[in-house]
Amino acid sequence: MVNRIVVGAHYGLRDWLAQRVTAVVMLAYTLALVLFLLVMPSGFAGWKALFACTWVRLLTQVTVLALLLHAWVGVRDIWMDYVKPVGVRLTLHVLTILWLVSCLIYSVKVVWGL
Amino acid sequence: MKKMRFSIYRYNPETDAKPYMQDYEVEIGPKDIKLLDVLTKLKAMDDTVSFRRSCREGICGSDGMNINGKNGLACLTDVATLAEPVTLRPLPGLPVVRDLIVDMTQFFKQYHSIKPYVVNNTPAPERERLQSPEDRKELDGLYECILCACCSTSCPSFWWNPDKFVGPAGLLAAYRFIADTRDEITSERLDNLEDPYRLFRCHTIMNCVDVCPKHLNPTRAIGKIKDLMVKRAV
Repeated sequence: MVNRIVVGAHYGLRDWLAQRVTAVVMLAYTLALVLFLLVMPSGFAGWKALFACTWVRLLTQVTVLALLLHAWVGVRDIWMDYVKPVGVRLTLHVLTILWLVSCLIYSVKVVWGL
Repeated sequence: MKKMRFSIYRYNPETDAKPYMQDYEVEIGPKDIKLLDVLTKLKAMDDTVSFRRSCREGICGSDGMNINGKNGLACLTDVATLAEPVTLRPLPGLPVVRDLIVDMTQFFKQYHSIKPYVVNNTPAPERERLQSPEDRKELDGLYECILCACCSTSCPSFWWNPDKFVGPAGLLAAYRFIADTRDEITSERLDNLEDPYRLFRCHTIMNCVDVCPKHLNPTRAIGKIKDLMVKRAV
């Protein structure tokens, strides 16, 4: 492969925007959770009652998804900044995706009690 | 007369195996107000010390250097504000030509990559192309950049990817032409920047704003470029 500096991948805006939107989702969820924990009776019973609601599970699942998308953009940025060899970087990208997808599948199991 | 201690980065690639710091003591007279005044005095003491300078009033952008760990122009920095020993290093992240002189090729390559000129293919009117005062106002805080490279060389994203990331100075200039109502290739300019490296290496840490000797705000300009991209996309 010739050693030329190549730029112009024509993406980036969507990821940048996604990172901002997912950050807002995570912030909203964190604030809501803190409020719930203050209001709900403490202990296992309160926790169980909270997560018995479908909409709490739904919000949690959406937030986990937001977290994973956010992490994808952030971790990819780290690889892009510090890892120069293209082969190594591509491998790291793929491993990151596999790891995050695994986390997502596991989170479905945990949140919905499957 | 008060003496001031300096520790200066020295490197001559033709004779030195590696860079080293050299200590100096310079007498500060009543007329030595700015760091450049003292450096000029020091140059008279030891004429092997090399640095760039020209206008000595913050317009040419030649004497950008790292002063006590922060990038700035020697000609605009008050000596009285500096803690001793004053440590002077070349701008970080660019290859050193000698002592405090860096090779700015990469910096200017990025600047040129954003087409820093108005492109207008409409036949020119008999007199100049007019702008409303409001449209002209949008260029304030953009056109004043003197390309001293203090901002880009304080930006970690530019350190890691100087060949791919346009850098704060280049992006400020890019927005200057995107914002110009006389320019006709706004969309092409946005296309040119829509890239994970060229624009989106900026993670808004604002080192550029912190060091700009002209008190400009590249981060705000970068934000406005992103806003326009969002406006175009949604």
